[in-house]
Amino acid sequence: MSLVLDVRDATKVYGAGETAVHALRGVSLQVEPGDYVAIMGASGSGKSTLMNIIGCLDVPSAGEFHLDGVDVGALDDRRQAVLRNRKIGFVFQSFNLIPRMTAVMNVELPLAYGGVRPAERRRRALAALELVGLADRVNHQPNELSGGQQQRVAIARALVNSPALLLADEPTGALDSTSTLDVLGIFDRLSAAGRTIVVITHEADVAEHAKRVVRLRDGRIIEDTRLAPVDGLPPRLKEVTA
Amino acid sequence: MSAVEIVRFAFRGLAANKMRSALTTLGILIGVAAVILLVAVGEGSSQSIQRNIQQLGANTLTVSSSTGGGGGFRMARPQQDGGPRTQARPLTVDDARALADRTAAPHVSSVSPVVSATSQAASYEGASHAVQQVVGTYPSYFEASNKPVAKGTYFFNDDVLAARKVVVIGQTVAENLFGALDPVGRQITITGVPFTVVGVLKEAGATGGFQDADDVAIAPLPSVQQSLTGFGPLDQILVKAGSADDVAAAQAEVTSVLDQRHGVGGAVAADYQILNQATLQETVSAATSTFTVLLAAVAAISLLVGGIGITNIMLVTVTERTREIGIRKAIGAPRGAILGQFLVEATLLSLIGGLLGVAIAVTGAQFTIAGITPVVVPSSVVLALGVSVAIGLFFGSYPANRAAKLRPIEALRFE
Ligand SMILES: Nc1ncnc2c1ncn2[C@@H]1O[C@H](COP(=O)(O)OP(=O)(O)O)[C@@H](O)[C@H]1O
Ligand SMILES: [Mg+2]
Repeated sequence: MSLVLDVRDATKVYGAGETAVHALRGVSLQVEPGDYVAIMGASGSGKSTLMNIIGCLDVPSAGEFHLDGVDVGALDDRRQAVLRNRKIGFVFQSFNLIPRMTAVMNVELPLAYGGVRPAERRRRALAALELVGLADRVNHQPNELSGGQQQRVAIARALVNSPALLLADEPTGALDSTSTLDVLGIFDRLSAAGRTIVVITHEADVAEHAKRVVRLRDGRIIEDTRLAPVDGLPPRLKEVTA
Repeated sequence: MSAVEIVRFAFRGLAANKMRSALTTLGILIGVAAVILLVAVGEGSSQSIQRNIQQLGANTLTVSSSTGGGGGFRMARPQQDGGPRTQARPLTVDDARALADRTAAPHVSSVSPVVSATSQAASYEGASHAVQQVVGTYPSYFEASNKPVAKGTYFFNDDVLAARKVVVIGQTVAENLFGALDPVGRQITITGVPFTVVGVLKEAGATGGFQDADDVAIAPLPSVQQSLTGFGPLDQILVKAGSADDVAAAQAEVTSVLDQRHGVGGAVAADYQILNQATLQETVSAATSTFTVLLAAVAAISLLVGGIGITNIMLVTVTERTREIGIRKAIGAPRGAILGQFLVEATLLSLIGGLLGVAIAVTGAQFTIAGITPVVVPSSVVLALGVSVAIGLFFGSYPANRAAKLRPIEALRFE
């Protein structure tokens, strides 16, 4: 079976000389289609660094990295932009919606850069917002939405292009418990629908929703546990849909 | 990502900060309007000066005595013409007669001796008016100086010979003395001497100069000499050449006749000067174009300052929106789309400013500015608009490029 994600011996060094920080010291990670992976670790263990590399936002200092069969290191700037647009949906801890643009305009943005026609774009954006339960908030700007609602808009934006891989860096880190449950419910349902998801978290509660948990410490993977089979349902789907 | 889309993003970007966009636009607006308007003022004044010169009459030479200078030199000069000359010889009616000699000066078609008196009090019944210039001359003066009569007639050679007290007055004089009345046939007094008005000159119109060309009164030479100036030297001799091609030949003839009569030659400098309309026109147009270039340079500087304003605003905008750029890149915006958005923003700012500037300049050019009717030069409009757009592209490209080159993670981490 072809892998969605294949990272081999990735390292990342920030800075140089005496002040150099080794954020990743040789990480290898394979993710199959349909898997739901939680990456855990203490603060500073290199989770975000790994995620930024997987999301093509940053480049590794060394190592190889294939995304959906494509060797990312070999791509030029323009092709990487296309890859980010088509294959990856990114959800940030701090939402990162564009201010002064309504929810639906934010969600449409990846489609606009992908060259989708306006009418089709609007239809798909509204469908994505519907999926995250925000059909009644489409014309609100980010500053008119709660944190949980903003994060759901961000998830809709990440999903709207049907990416091969959904990445989320501490998506619930800035949310209260109710909103956290909303977001986890969305992820669990997406996973049940067959999406490939990688979530970063330092909360065990959140990690328990995944089918597989990977632990990082000091830039190395120290543990890789499977909680549910790749083609099965996420372990706590029943709770969130109840 | 279509071009329309990029323009839409750019508009949205500008609308997000209306005050700042408006102020930047204002900078370009002022620059463009200044360029067009100042060039228009320069062109307007140049055209009005040219018109004034042409109004003096085509194909004419104005001979006048040189005043001052060279006197001491002449005193040291050896004897000549049967007596020492201790000063420059004035221009006389005899000089004028010699110039009218067909054999000595075949290219000269008419000669008009001129005396003039300034600010002479004229009155008619209750009304009075200080006439700026009272001219005593021959009938040929009207044609040579391009002063056609609108009402009545000129005076004739008979009037000159008989020293009749007849006068042709300009529009300003007619209005001030007679109002709506027809002046022809009525008697006015000029410094107490009665003159009969025989004609009124055609209006010369606003000329933008210091003098009102319509504030004149023209009478036969001896009449003016008798009553106002006395029988002293002439102020000028107006010489008209047969045609434009004859002006140079006529000037040579006038020079040789006068040189002979005034004993000029060898070490003796001329005691008169000849003003040629063509040379005058060239000199003046050279001067006015320098003036126009100077105005344009000042205006160009303000346009440049407007351009620096755009760079500054775009730099601030890019810095302020670095995070937004990071987000856009993270969701797959290619470099070209980011570059395009900021370039279009900068270009829109300068284009809108430029178009408003053109509108304001063209409106402003409808009014008289400092006594000058501006004449909009189309090439200055094209240039100012072109330069303002080029400024937008040029000064916008640095910040835009900087924004587009950022790696997504660098942009996202930016605080
Ligand atoms: N841009 C950077 N420059 C220098 N050091 C960095 C940078 N980003 C992260 N680091 C360092 O790399 C290490 C891993 O950071 P990060 O991946 O953000 O950890 P986590 O997300 O697990 O908390 C930390 O020691 C952090 O200080
Ligand atoms: Mg982190």
